[in-house]
Amino acid sequence: MAARISVPQNARRGDNIEIRVAIQHPMETGYRTDDNGTAIPKNVINKLVCRYNGVEVFRAEMGSGIAANPYLSFFIVAANSGELRFDWGDDSGATGSERASIIVA
Amino acid sequence: MSGYRLPLILIAGWLAAAPGVSVAQTAVRPQPLKSGIEFTGPEVRALQEDEFANPAMLWITRGAALWQQPVGPAQQSCASCHGDVATMKGVATHYPQIDKGSARLINLEGRIQQCREVRQQTAPLRYESEDLLALTALVRMQSRGMPLAIEIDPQNRRHFERGRELYYRRVGQMNLSCANCHQDNWGKRLGPETISQGQGNPYPIYRLEWQTMGSLHRRLRACLSGVRAEMLPYGAPEYLDLELYLAWRSGDLPIETPGVRR
Repeated sequence: MAARISVPQNARRGDNIEIRVAIQHPMETGYRTDDNGTAIPKNVINKLVCRYNGVEVFRAEMGSGIAANPYLSFFIVAANSGELRFDWGDDSGATGSERASIIVA
Repeated sequence: MSGYRLPLILIAGWLAAAPGVSVAQTAVRPQPLKSGIEFTGPEVRALQEDEFANPAMLWITRGAALWQQPVGPAQQSCASCHGDVATMKGVATHYPQIDKGSARLINLEGRIQQCREVRQQTAPLRYESEDLLALTALVRMQSRGMPLAIEIDPQNRRHFERGRELYYRRVGQMNLSCANCHQDNWGKRLGPETISQGQGNPYPIYRLEWQTMGSLHRRLRACLSGVRAEMLPYGAPEYLDLELYLAWRSGDLPIETPGVRR
């Protein structure tokens, strides 16, 4: 699962900063069949959590209505320098994570 | 006087069809040349232009990791020989080309496969696999903004002529050639869509309909399926010939890889 994370390197305390996440994933709906007519099991990224210095600041629970290769954008308030950590998992049990650091002045 | 007109037209037609006439007279580029992005809506254009939101960039990220990954018995990565991928700038503008060793026409995918087999001594990637798409897109993106530098010479002319012949050949239950839509009727409506010139400059592309990345050959197969003709396997010699003709036909259109299309 290739993923791309965009976090500003620097921010001022109290700023609203945009976080962008894109994850390569087929987001299989469970409604499709393969060439032999066999149902392809549902497999979507069902949960993504963003923690800022260990504190959960954003959570997304996704279903089969989300297109393949989901792209999420959200805002958080810059508080302290540190690390943003992203964890996600899909229906097949596969998980992924990424981290990014931020300097708050 | 009108009685003299018809024979003149016939002679003109015979001249155009005569063998040995120069490329410029028998093969035509659309005028003016337009990238397919000009036929899409503003949303698709915005998606392609946004370096982060462009979903094809996920394959670029994947390709960049593969570029550094050692494989094979000698644990050679692409970077072991080529160094930084930025050194690939301009390379994609010369494909498809005649491979000096085998004297066969190969495209960028074919060159990557050859590198894997001969230099890295490992199994080639499956055509249209995520990894081959990722590497092809990564290498071709280094030439973004540059037009293709394809010249028709004695070595590749046979392939070019065959590609042109395929371009104008009517196929399938619908009895349509590539030219019927993309040369003669581009810019007109086909149902809700505007017919594009069928240019290959953004490939490999992220196609929203596919919900994934795809090669030029996948697009050719999709068109053949659309006219209800037989689809050839990926990397077929006929597709390579057609790819060469399309490369010539794209003139000075800049490479857009990684493109986004509907």
